[in-house]
Amino acid sequence: MSKPGQIRLAVVAGVVLFLEFICRMGWVDTISLAPPTKIVASAIELVMSGEIRRDAFLTFSTVAGSIVSAVIVGFLMGLALHRFPLVRRFLDPFLASYYSIPTFVFYPFFIVMFGLNRIPLMAIGFIFAVVAMAINTLSGMQRVPRVWLRTAQMMRMSRIDTIRKVIMPAAAPYLFTGLKLAIVYSFIGVIAGEFILSGAGLGFQIAFSYNSFETAKMYGYLAILLTLVGGLNLYIYGLEKRIYERRGGR
Amino acid sequence: MSSVASTGLGHVEVKDATKVFPGRAGRQDVHALGPISLSLKQGEFFSVVGPSGCGKSTLLDLVAGLTTATDGEMVFEGQRLVGKVPEGVGVVFQEDSSFPWLTVQENVGFHLKQMGMDAAEIARRVDHAISFTGLGGFAKAYPAELSGGMRQRVCIARTLVTKPRLILLDEPFGALDQQTRLLMGDELLRLWRESGATVMLITHALDEAAMLSDRIGVMSARPGRFIDVIETGWSADRDSNIVSDKRFGDITARLWQKLRAESMTAMSGAQA
Repeated sequence: MSKPGQIRLAVVAGVVLFLEFICRMGWVDTISLAPPTKIVASAIELVMSGEIRRDAFLTFSTVAGSIVSAVIVGFLMGLALHRFPLVRRFLDPFLASYYSIPTFVFYPFFIVMFGLNRIPLMAIGFIFAVVAMAINTLSGMQRVPRVWLRTAQMMRMSRIDTIRKVIMPAAAPYLFTGLKLAIVYSFIGVIAGEFILSGAGLGFQIAFSYNSFETAKMYGYLAILLTLVGGLNLYIYGLEKRIYERRGGR
Repeated sequence: MSSVASTGLGHVEVKDATKVFPGRAGRQDVHALGPISLSLKQGEFFSVVGPSGCGKSTLLDLVAGLTTATDGEMVFEGQRLVGKVPEGVGVVFQEDSSFPWLTVQENVGFHLKQMGMDAAEIARRVDHAISFTGLGGFAKAYPAELSGGMRQRVCIARTLVTKPRLILLDEPFGALDQQTRLLMGDELLRLWRESGATVMLITHALDEAAMLSDRIGVMSARPGRFIDVIETGWSADRDSNIVSDKRFGDITARLWQKLRAESMTAMSGAQA
């Protein structure tokens, strides 16, 4: 393991041991914080008993729907914004101030539009994520070196081939950033939506456990969620790192 | 002065071409080039020198079909260019244009794959081009693992592998040191002899033009026109050893004599 990796592991282990120690010593209220060993035991219990299965499926399928739609629509939006500078100039102030809008206020509107099911939550995740993907796609397209586009022109490549074989690989670092943000924003949108607006899913179960003073269970849900989201992000990070290494930072 | 005027019989013909870039945000239009005429013979090595901003690269873009002329016409092998690069034309740009996400092998074979050539033929041509350009042993390397000179050779190999009949080089050695430039010049001459292609080289290096070319067109300050054409009289089997030839010094001196006043005009224009 690398030196930074060892330091990272030592810090995490130190924090976990510290939390275990202060919980066991009774220095913190066990209603507020459960010792890490109990959290892990609760997480294992949730997984082994199958109690988590339905909620995890609902949350992850909703998040997956949000990510996939946000990435596809965001990418196409980025392409269109790049292709039509007039539209881009028109939308610039809206895009710049987009994340100042409290997205959750649209939930009632989505319920009217899509009904009382999982789609309004997916829509919340989607509108949270889509603009990040679009802006990063646009940034990537704008930074494709002109000489690569001239090379494509020299090779008499069609517009579609130029996008597929030159622009997309050239913009890959930005597309990856867009993808990472789309994943994070989709999780935030959906989990927060479940937390305050839904009757099912991991976000709802965390809120329910909290309200029922089931501290260990609440942290168990949190631990599982963090492990899965962290694992997914690490996987994307690994892919991205491989691309950067291959390109030598270019 | 030897003529570069269009004869209608050349491999490449530029007839009274001008290029004017429209001014943006209320600024004046920029008359970048011409009217200019040029006729390149089949298999000749023609270089263009001129002061900065005189329109050398614009001329190359016009000849390549990468841009369209405001007036005049370009003809390649008897066919008028109609806003796209014709088949049989290869361009090597000044900047490194290798794709960093592809290996040397994939970069060199990229255009052939794009042309729909079968895999066995691509592999054969790529292997040949890689050894031809001295990149053997680096076929699986990524451009980031290569030096600037090697990356430029990847771009040259990618262009030559398609066997273009007209090779256009836009200051391909601009970023290289003097020794590497001389060696790359030798390689380029070898490739030119073996391919039999017509070559047009844009360069700001007078010694490079003097060493490599059959003819050298000297351009005026913007809007660029040919003010002289110098026949070097070198034999086809020349190499960088000719830099010690007295004639080499004479050619370089004549180029500078022609260019000095134009370069000063260009500089004063840039400062104004």
